[in-house]
Amino acid sequence: MEYFLEQVINGLQLGMVYALIALGYTMVYGIVRLINFAHGDVFMVGAFIGYFGFTNWNMPWPLAIVVAMIICAALGMTIERLAYRPLRYAPRIMALIAAIGVSFFIEYFCSLKFMFGPNYRVVQRPFEEVYWSIGGVTISNIQVLIFVTAVIMLIGLQYLVYRTKLGAAMRTLSFDHDTARLMGVNVDRTISLTFGIGAALAAVGGVLYAIAYPQIFTFMGIMPGLKAFTAAVLGGIGLIPGAMLGALIMGQAEVMTAAFISSQLRDMIAFSILILVLLIKPTGILGKTQPEKV
Amino acid sequence: MRVSKWVALLTVILFSLSIIAGCGGGQAPPPAAAEEIKIGLIAPLTGDVKTFGESVKNAFELAIEESGNKVGDFNIKYVIADDRNVATEAVNVADKLITQDKVSAIVGSVTSSCTIPISEVAQAAGVVVISPTATNPKVTVDAGNRKDFIFRACFIDPFQGTVAARFALDELGAKTAAVLFDQGNDYTIGLKDFFKEAFVAGGGTMLAEEAYAKTDTDFSAVLTRIAQLKPDILFLPDYYQKASLIGKQARDKGITAVFLGGDGWDSPDLDFAAMEGGYFTNHYSPEDPRPVVAEWVAKYTAKYGQTPDALATLAYDATNLLLAAIEKAGSKDPAAIRDAMAATDGFQAVSGSISFDENGNPIKSAAILQVKDGAQKFVTIVDP
Repeated sequence: MEYFLEQVINGLQLGMVYALIALGYTMVYGIVRLINFAHGDVFMVGAFIGYFGFTNWNMPWPLAIVVAMIICAALGMTIERLAYRPLRYAPRIMALIAAIGVSFFIEYFCSLKFMFGPNYRVVQRPFEEVYWSIGGVTISNIQVLIFVTAVIMLIGLQYLVYRTKLGAAMRTLSFDHDTARLMGVNVDRTISLTFGIGAALAAVGGVLYAIAYPQIFTFMGIMPGLKAFTAAVLGGIGLIPGAMLGALIMGQAEVMTAAFISSQLRDMIAFSILILVLLIKPTGILGKTQPEKV
Repeated sequence: MRVSKWVALLTVILFSLSIIAGCGGGQAPPPAAAEEIKIGLIAPLTGDVKTFGESVKNAFELAIEESGNKVGDFNIKYVIADDRNVATEAVNVADKLITQDKVSAIVGSVTSSCTIPISEVAQAAGVVVISPTATNPKVTVDAGNRKDFIFRACFIDPFQGTVAARFALDELGAKTAAVLFDQGNDYTIGLKDFFKEAFVAGGGTMLAEEAYAKTDTDFSAVLTRIAQLKPDILFLPDYYQKASLIGKQARDKGITAVFLGGDGWDSPDLDFAAMEGGYFTNHYSPEDPRPVVAEWVAKYTAKYGQTPDALATLAYDATNLLLAAIEKAGSKDPAAIRDAMAATDGFQAVSGSISFDENGNPIKSAAILQVKDGAQKFVTIVDP
């Protein structure tokens, strides 16, 4: 039983990191119907900035997270401004291809020697790991940190979307761009901010990921990005609670497969769940046929 | 639209810049005098095992420098290529060395997963390859067919895996073991298979065999399970980066097993704190008492300011083996070099006396090292 609970916690840890990435996918999709494939690479940039923050620039780690959020938000908004805005009224496939291009561009650009370089780096954790044993189940402070951060981010995001003017603008946009503009919504600015917020969340995910699994390299964003995207689709793309739920399911599916079946089947089973959900309920677990999307 | 065109232009310029930057690493041609022989070096100078590539490049250049840039009647011109430890990239650079630079022989590459595809390309083109360190059997033989242009300066995984298993059983008194291996890497699969075979044959029990993908960084599920099984040995037959990452997470999960690994651990970038107390099999130890070793260590340390690791040593041996073969052949025709190389008998290398068996594998002994107090300590030598 303790063994099972410990695996559940391992799954939660992974799922929460996916959730932070998935929120960005789902927000951007909800508003501009664009799958931002560069999102996983923003996550990578966040991990590197966090790493530089607490190893090279000697910042306290919470400050390093904030710096990573700011830089990644700027990066997200820049990507939107340069690569997606000019294509906003072009056929959707073009924006999608541009997104793939941006993703590769960031990966290879960051691999250059004067950027992050192509080498793997071992992350020295900025604080000591502490383990608590609660009823035979071991929990580390890193796991608690990830859990708490993810929940705070989720609540903050729900507040932003449903209680603020920006959130109202985002929700309006998700229905119809032209009508929103007639209603006085600044479309470009709102979309830009959406990208910024999504990128900042990915940055938090990146730094936490680097602390939990202490090794980073410039192609590290590909797999978590893909899995977070899958999680967003699984939960119902465009829905914030859906992204969270999907991510938790993905995390548990992976860990439970590795723990009780075989580590070789881990990715296969996680993605099989996605296919099954799409076959049975194509809008995702929480999706309705006409969902209000943000 | 005006803005988007500028954006497109800027992007293209940046891309071109990155391509130019990525193509560095070539060598300026030395002034042409006598006839020239071209030798290629392929090594992972960047990427996840870059310390391997750096060691190999240093030693290769030292060996060429010692020859005075000459072998027999030829001036040596060499071309260095980076495969980033990516198999497709290794094939690209091997193609370039063979078709554009027209090299007679290649030293490289370092890892088995890159050297196996290179060996196919080189064998088809009839260019001699000597890998300093690729330990997988498939480098020189595929499905029973000997690739007769391909050689190596190191022992192979069946030997290394077997030595590790014997050491665990006899010296550490281990009864049970668990292993984590990369399901896409010929090197770690080979070591795992031969370790398991010898460990089980010697009366040990394998409690768990867990696979992961090269990009995986989360091992918590598998390690939580292994922590329950309490094995005596945790065998981690991967390169230093992955072994360090898994080792760290394993200790995080409270696993107390002795870590055991192969020559892939031999790097100054190994996480010595996490891997403390672990043992690994290697090709040589700088603490080996033979005088040739002391002389080599002094030479390398004087030039590069660090003790040569096994990769540097094997690269030095591989380069010297190749130069000796070229000299004996007296020709830059790869077929003649191949014949001279195959006839090598009792070549006195730093890592031991080298003769090739019928599959191009040297017959030599292995060293066991321990990670202790943040350094590598020589434990023993095991003969084949």
